[in-house]
Amino acid sequence: MGLFAELRDSISRVSASLFADDSEPKRIGIYGPPNAGKTTLANRIARDWTGDAVGPESHIPHETRRARRKENVEIKRDGKTVNIDIVDTPGVTTKVDYSEFLEHDMEKDEAVRRSREATEGVAEAMHWLREDVDGVIYVLDSTEDPFTQVNTMLIGIIESRDLPVLILANKTDLEGSNIQRVSNAFPQHETIPLSALEGENMDEVYEKIAEYFG
Amino acid sequence: MPETTSEDGPGDGVQIDLISAERMSGKTSMEKIRMILDGVRDGKIVVLEAGLTPDEESKLIEVTMSEINPDGFSGIEIESFPQSETNDTGLLGRLMGKQSTSKLTVVGPANQIQSLHKDETLISALVSRK
Ligand SMILES: Nc1nc2c(ncn2[C@@H]2O[C@H](COP(=O)(O)OP(=O)(O)OP(=O)(O)O)[C@@H](O)[C@H]2O)c(=O)[nH]1
Ligand SMILES: [Mg+2]
Repeated sequence: MGLFAELRDSISRVSASLFADDSEPKRIGIYGPPNAGKTTLANRIARDWTGDAVGPESHIPHETRRARRKENVEIKRDGKTVNIDIVDTPGVTTKVDYSEFLEHDMEKDEAVRRSREATEGVAEAMHWLREDVDGVIYVLDSTEDPFTQVNTMLIGIIESRDLPVLILANKTDLEGSNIQRVSNAFPQHETIPLSALEGENMDEVYEKIAEYFG
Repeated sequence: MPETTSEDGPGDGVQIDLISAERMSGKTSMEKIRMILDGVRDGKIVVLEAGLTPDEESKLIEVTMSEINPDGFSGIEIESFPQSETNDTGLLGRLMGKQSTSKLTVVGPANQIQSLHKDETLISALVSRK
């Protein structure tokens, strides 16, 4: 065997072992309260690495009512490829009042349907968190108080399952953004600031995704 | 009419159930969740001396979501004091099947609780009497 063929063989062997785990992408759930920017982030990640989006974003809470998955997103960082399935979930809450949708200029029928879909979606997302997720990106709106019971419970659930978790303090482009308040709320985890909308600090987000979920 | 409907609770008062850790200790997760949600759906404020494990909390959210309906039940408000660091069961405890439960937990019907507020040492509920 010539030197070149030998080299090519050993390179393909090395890369085969490097990518051995990639056949099973890690399933990463994007969780967080309604309106935090989960879908905006999921779309940005999907667009950056696959070219298309995950689902619609909206200022109306519970826009995402069914978990949506973008499979086989390959994120390359420092010569390393991380292969993940992104699952964008509905914002988690303990209450849904259909009449809140009426404030967004919706007919009653549509508001009722929307709230029913929202509750089903949240139930499903909670179920997955217990059964089906390999890691979590927890998105918070950094202009809002992070010390809520839902956030505390969810982080507790994630910790009890020993899932790797990244906390993202989103919407840093806004005036009232307070990154420190988010990192104070969950000092046991790393908090990464970003603006999913403007695409600020996405490099660090991808670096951490590769580090935590690779 | 002597009877009150279950949605309104007894009269126009608010019933508060304080449930001891002992009473909860022998129950399965689903029994605990059923007990909490049955109380809350009757308009009661349920206070648990010993709260739920993280796993039970996630099931409580899941079951709550599946029971929300536009004409009666719009979900729960919940607050709890977290388990203090000192008696945290930690990784070893969790591997042994022990999950730390949160301490005192307050659960009430979302449509009757105007606000449920917590700081480190106080949970305060503002309940509407309607
Ligand atoms: N200023 C600013 N707005 C953002 C940012 N990220 C998201 N938003 C806006 O916040 C709103 C909610 O964004 P979504 O991505 O739909 O939020 P979500 O967390 O998916 O919401 P649900 O699906 O309802 O739980 C939209 O109006 C977004 O444009 C950000 O980084 N900066
Ligand atoms: Mg969404």
